Amino acid sequence: MALLEVTGLSKRFGGFVALEGIDLAVLEGERVGLIGPNGSGKSTLVNCICGTLTNETGSVHFDGQPMDGLLTHERTRRGVARSFQLPRPFVTLTVADNLRVPLLYTVNARAGSSLKSADIHARCAELLQLVGLAEKAAKLPRDLTQVEMRKLELARAMAAEPKLLIADESMAGLSQSEVDDIVALLIRLNERGITIVLIEHIMRAVMRFSQRLVVLVSGRKIADGLPDAVIRDAEVEKAYLGQ
Amino acid sequence: MGLSFDLLINALIAGVLLGGFYTAVTIGVSISFGILDIVNIAHPAFIILGSYIAYILNINFGIDPILISGVMLPVFYLLGAGIYQIYYEAFERYGQESLRGLSFFFGLLFVTEVMLILVFGVDYRYVEAPYIGPSWRIGMMDFPLRMLVPCVTALALFVALQLFLSHTFIGRAISAVAQDQLALRLMAASPTRIKRIAFGISIATTAVAGALLIIIQPVEPSVGRDYIGRVFAICVLGGLGSLPGTVIGAMLLGVIESFTATFYGPSWAPAVAFGVLLLTLAFRPAGLLGR
Amino acid sequence: MRNFVFLLVCVAVAIVVFFAARMLRNDYIFFAGYTVLQFIVLATAWNILGGYTGYVNFGSAAFFAMGAYATVFLHKLYPQPIPVLIVIGGIVSGIVGFGMGYLTLRLRGAFFAIATLALAVVLQTFVVNWDYVGGSRGAYIIRPNENVLVGPYIQYLFVLMLVLVVIALVCARVIERSQLGYGFATIRDDELAAEACGVPTLRLKLVATTLSGALMGMAGAPFPYYIGYLQPSSAFGLEYAVNSIAMPMIGGTTSWVGPLIGAILLGSLQQIATVTISSAVNLLIVGLLLVGFVIIAPNGIVGLVQDRLRLRAK
Repeated sequence: MALLEVTGLSKRFGGFVALEGIDLAVLEGERVGLIGPNGSGKSTLVNCICGTLTNETGSVHFDGQPMDGLLTHERTRRGVARSFQLPRPFVTLTVADNLRVPLLYTVNARAGSSLKSADIHARCAELLQLVGLAEKAAKLPRDLTQVEMRKLELARAMAAEPKLLIADESMAGLSQSEVDDIVALLIRLNERGITIVLIEHIMRAVMRFSQRLVVLVSGRKIADGLPDAVIRDAEVEKAYLGQ
Repeated sequence: MGLSFDLLINALIAGVLLGGFYTAVTIGVSISFGILDIVNIAHPAFIILGSYIAYILNINFGIDPILISGVMLPVFYLLGAGIYQIYYEAFERYGQESLRGLSFFFGLLFVTEVMLILVFGVDYRYVEAPYIGPSWRIGMMDFPLRMLVPCVTALALFVALQLFLSHTFIGRAISAVAQDQLALRLMAASPTRIKRIAFGISIATTAVAGALLIIIQPVEPSVGRDYIGRVFAICVLGGLGSLPGTVIGAMLLGVIESFTATFYGPSWAPAVAFGVLLLTLAFRPAGLLGR
Repeated sequence: MRNFVFLLVCVAVAIVVFFAARMLRNDYIFFAGYTVLQFIVLATAWNILGGYTGYVNFGSAAFFAMGAYATVFLHKLYPQPIPVLIVIGGIVSGIVGFGMGYLTLRLRGAFFAIATLALAVVLQTFVVNWDYVGGSRGAYIIRPNENVLVGPYIQYLFVLMLVLVVIALVCARVIERSQLGYGFATIRDDELAAEACGVPTLRLKLVATTLSGALMGMAGAPFPYYIGYLQPSSAFGLEYAVNSIAMPMIGGTTSWVGPLIGAILLGSLQQIATVTISSAVNLLIVGLLLVGFVIIAPNGIVGLVQDRLRLRAK
């Protein structure tokens, strides 16, 4: 059974159809890549899965349970976490405190508030170490570099200890080695058991990371399968060449 | 039976005329809040400022208030552009509009009111014009000219703005700036400049609204506060970003207020607008024609 | 400093303040001091919703006045000792805060701010039309001359307000350092990201609104006894709205210290200005300071001091 099951999902904004009849299944432990031209609806899809936007038709099931009508924070508590395309750190909190928030409000909440503060502190430190931000723990987000901000964004999503992590264009504007860094990090996470959906434009990262590739164009899914096959698909080529 | 029908129809007429005037009052906010997303709660303060300027020039030189407002349009436009520049430099650029921007405009509202009290005192001021006083009578229907002239002027202002927004390059750019800043940049129009022009226009309308206000009723500095609720109630009721929605919302509110005043007494009037606002926010925040 | 120690320090300072005021042998100190203390409570209460959570309340007067009018109502119906009135005022205003929050907090912050303005006017109109509490004519509250424990009645009121100040400051500081405080800060910084991190934003916003409203209602409950004659225009006066915003913004919104400093400075300034110049000029000064600080020193006096210290440390 799929961990995430999206069925027949549609979303419109006034007259504009952002998503039309999207079906998507993500199995537990999978690494799925989601690509598509600008404006194809990728972020809208993420927003609908996470509850930030409400879809008109279709449903979202997670871990066998329907999520329709649940608020975003409830979905996060169920185990779906996402990072934002443009990093949105909590600017008045330190780097470490940024990670504390999901630990307190999601992980601790799930555990019925039974975690001790030492435990939370330890998890926070471990995450900082994992993404390489341990030295910047006491700094404010505005003192971070671009790469570090994106790492913080990812780390914060990971701090919610999700079953499914949706990473929304975490690598735009990074150098090649920085991209490789993040891909390696995501693969490490996946090896710990976290299912990951990676939304990206950087084909090198996507091809290296994905076990399965899904393509969205103008709000519709036009391909879904093994990365090598999808890349060679005629329709996908046309969609990208045509843009 | 005949008496209350007479009362009814005149309350309706008064409401519609009032609604027309309310359009002038609100149209600026429809631009600044509906399109630019700037919560300028100091808007009524500028209207009162416009009223006082009309008062000074009318009392000292006998010029017609509406004419005065026409002359003041460019002055108020520059004032609006200047204020937007400060707002942009201090807040919008850093994405801190919410708390600080609101406090800024609230401070402006307050400072303007207090300065007017210091300069003019709290006595009511009024203007004189040939159409203040007489009414047209058609059968049992009463059209006081001091309400009719502002109503017609306000609707003319609305039509002019609507045409401007839909038929000129700058007007269309203003409508677009709410939705697509990137497209705007590609068209070689700076969003900041467009917003400045739009906000300038928004404040320019208060020159007209102020003149109309002091024609309709005597004015003293705290009158502006009654209009904060009306202005936002109309905007929200009509639907943000829709100028025709503003007209409909204004008419509706005018009629509701008129009926309330006629049948329940004027002391409940302030609650009407704010009550409508709260109800609309609670149950239909997108308004009637909103985006 | 642990919260309990902070509480003890506050109580100690309050006791010192009271006896110091007593030594000056001038009742005016108590009258003026009461106003400043009242502003400390209002500013601190406002800051919980405004500074910590980022939701601007323009209708502080409404919550304050509800506390005051609950007192008037009960005074006519079934008089109670003031501490009971304070609790009731807190409950009434807390409920109003909760109700209004429930209606409008799902919307953007700007709509909430406008709604608070609307609330103030609607409530004022209701009170103006409610003859039992005096309507627009106002209500007289006869103040007893003496209180058994403290002495002159004004000193009793002063002590009560000191207690409220301690409660408000301790509340603010406890919140600041707690998980709730983190939650509030995330709502202020980025509500969308907060939700994505599991923060139940609506619930927390309701807590902030209810608490803030309740504290303001508690501050308003003794007011009729202080002033003797309560009119809607004074209870709902715009100076409450402006001051509850100006004091935290000028003092600094990120901690409990800011509203305290802002209230003491501005409150004292206004007492002096009202007596020496005029009350209109005094309000003008507050308004100008608000606009000035908001543009130039957005983190208030506390922010300026922190910047100074940071520069010196480098």
